[in-house]
Amino acid sequence: MSPVKKKRLSMVVLLLSAVSIATFLIIQAFNQNMMFFYSTTEVKNGTAPVDRDFRIGGLVVNGTVKRAQDSLLVSFELTDSQTPVTVEYTGILPDLFREGQGIIAKGQLNQNGVFVAKEVLAKHDENYMPPEVQDSIDKAHQHREQLVQNAQTQLEQAKIQ
Amino acid sequence: MMPSENTGLFATLAIPEVGHFALILSLSFAFVLASVPLYGVRQNHQPFMQIAKTAAIGQFGFMGLAFACLIYSFLMDDFSVSYVAANSNTELPIIYKISATWGAHEGSLLLWGWVLAGWTLAAAFLSKPLPENLRATMLSVLGMVAIGFTLFLLITSNPFERMSEIPEQGRSLNPLLQDIGLAIHPPMLYLGYVGMAVSFAFAVAVLLHGEFKMAWAHWAKQFTLVAWAFLTLGIALGSWWAYYELGWGGWWFWDPVENASLLPWIIATALIHSLGVTAKRGIFQSWTILLAILAFGLSLLGAFLVRSGVLTSVHAFASDPSRGVFILIFLVVAVGLSLWLYSIKAAEVHQRKRFVMVSKESLLLLNNVVLVAMMATVLLGTIYPLILDALGIAKLSVGAPYFNTVIVPLTIPLALAMGLGFAANWIEDQPQSLLQRLWLPLVISALIALLIPLLLLPSVEGWAIIGLFMAAWIASTALMWLIRARPQSLPNSMQTFGASLAHIGFAVTITGITMTSIYSIEKDIRMEIGESYSVDDYRFEFLGVKQQEVANYLTSKGEVKVYENGQLINTLYPEKRLYLSQTMPMTEAGIDAGLSRDLFVALGEQLTDTAWSMRVQYKPFIRWIWLGAILMALGAFLAIWQSRMRTSNTSPQSTKRKESLPAGKKLTETA
Repeated sequence: MSPVKKKRLSMVVLLLSAVSIATFLIIQAFNQNMMFFYSTTEVKNGTAPVDRDFRIGGLVVNGTVKRAQDSLLVSFELTDSQTPVTVEYTGILPDLFREGQGIIAKGQLNQNGVFVAKEVLAKHDENYMPPEVQDSIDKAHQHREQLVQNAQTQLEQAKIQ
Repeated sequence: MMPSENTGLFATLAIPEVGHFALILSLSFAFVLASVPLYGVRQNHQPFMQIAKTAAIGQFGFMGLAFACLIYSFLMDDFSVSYVAANSNTELPIIYKISATWGAHEGSLLLWGWVLAGWTLAAAFLSKPLPENLRATMLSVLGMVAIGFTLFLLITSNPFERMSEIPEQGRSLNPLLQDIGLAIHPPMLYLGYVGMAVSFAFAVAVLLHGEFKMAWAHWAKQFTLVAWAFLTLGIALGSWWAYYELGWGGWWFWDPVENASLLPWIIATALIHSLGVTAKRGIFQSWTILLAILAFGLSLLGAFLVRSGVLTSVHAFASDPSRGVFILIFLVVAVGLSLWLYSIKAAEVHQRKRFVMVSKESLLLLNNVVLVAMMATVLLGTIYPLILDALGIAKLSVGAPYFNTVIVPLTIPLALAMGLGFAANWIEDQPQSLLQRLWLPLVISALIALLIPLLLLPSVEGWAIIGLFMAAWIASTALMWLIRARPQSLPNSMQTFGASLAHIGFAVTITGITMTSIYSIEKDIRMEIGESYSVDDYRFEFLGVKQQEVANYLTSKGEVKVYENGQLINTLYPEKRLYLSQTMPMTEAGIDAGLSRDLFVALGEQLTDTAWSMRVQYKPFIRWIWLGAILMALGAFLAIWQSRMRTSNTSPQSTKRKESLPAGKKLTETA
């Protein structure tokens, strides 16, 4: 091999190895840090993962926010208007956290089916609804309508028979 | 609306229409700019090419008039304009009435348009080093960009739209935006974002022209440097604001909107260096052009992400799908056409020249590659969730840990190559002699990286050593480069000084990031009135909370005395504000700022009559993050100031610096 070719080859090798290291790092980091969103119904159904962080979203149910007396532990219920899930969080809640507001929490499910949040997000606009939450509520409504419709058709079929 | 007998009143009523009309006039100037000079180039007709200047003035003037009209409507509380009604309020202090003009979607786009017109004007009048036809082509391309933006404004986001029912009171500006940092953050950012349009137009013009001379690269580098400096300041301001206003002490969240500003910044950084190599050595032409197209494309992508409503963040105020579609089409057309042009013409522009592995240019290329890799990883993490969501596959988010695990390791080769690059010679260098030149900075950096954590810091952490080493390495090699360059004249020394300063600024930022990320202490606690809490050597004593009514909000003002080793050093007043017009609570932190550390207290909620939740933080060296950004921008401005002096006094060739050329070698290529 001529010196020029040798240099070129080593350049290519260097570049390739850099690219593959980078790609490896990216894929690793990506797989570890992807966080999926689940609605409260999906969490109750057991669709959501255990031992892994994910995001849950819904409306804070009125009258469910409870605070511990001597620490910053807070518990409240979240719902997609169909299924409520209890969430626990230790720390300061965001300014716009309030009952009836749509929020998103990041964290894990524990054995008792309680979602232990590491972070609670409420957006800085009083009229704002996180799209994920809106989506999960819409789905819950659709689901309910579907159920009602099914019941009605069954009823009609029963009548015909 | 009927004109009334009172002409003064009539004038007041018609101001928004004047603004609207000025916007349309500005669009027509943009059409002239986009077509006539280009036609002049085709016909080789001088007067047609020179119309570009007049058109640029007209476009800038009328866009400015439109902007002034909107500010006037805000100052007059003209709530018949729906944009004013949605974002202002009679109670709003005057300064925020003005900044509310660009506080939401429509107005900020108007500002964007005006800034674009301003850059176009600057490009029209400060482009003497470029030949007439290249200049005319470039300005026409800028005119096309202006057409796109102005149409976007007029069709989807008209800020002057009237309402049939005039409300008595406006909705007021989002309290989050009622802040001086946020009043200047968008203009800075836009000056940077939109400045990329000039490099883009330049690149397209060069492609059409089919030739890329070294002196032109020098010209383009100055413009890119100015844009880059503003972008740097804009990003830093945003980060600083997030720290004291929004983030409860966080300074960067890898929020998609933050990423949207970081992406063009990374590529602009690569572009500046690539332009530098093209200007000096006459190589990398096609790479430079590709970067210029990419930087502008990423600016547009940023605009799309922020403006389309696909993102959920404080920045994404407006969600109107038609806007997103418009920007997306604009992005695809602009980037698609220029890449198509690139694929046909790049070979013509490119000059094949040999360059060797160990040389300044190959180290700069290496860093360019690293920067592009950084951009790609940030881009992936930002848009992958959006794409999956759009396709209906899954709803997911990519957290900050992803970005940290990828970007932090990539910074290491970047820093190492940066130091080597300072010391390396152009054209060809010897590895042994390069290392010989660098042993001193190497030893100094290693000592700093080991001794500071051992002697001064609370614990020895691996990443702290690495981070401090990188910072010390960059700073010491940059200093050595400055000393070794020994420039003869003041202008030259200013350029070298500016470049050196900018890199030292980067080292300062790295130091800040390292120290803050590793040694911060953050506690969420419950505090009874009269109680104390200690963090490190600092004791925080909570004295109570007072209610007050100020201007347009109610405040609960906490009082916290801070003692260092038993000595009172400051009294902090963290606040919880309730804005009356929107009944929106806001947290204002109490911060004791210092060069070596910040003490940060934020008031949470009232838990009982005598207890509040509180966040107490110790943030070492956090100011260095933004201080570094200021140094970077300052360095860039110094370098340009010098360059401008040089281009106005002498031709670029005659002052070509001989520094760092090995003896016996000459630059064979001059522009």
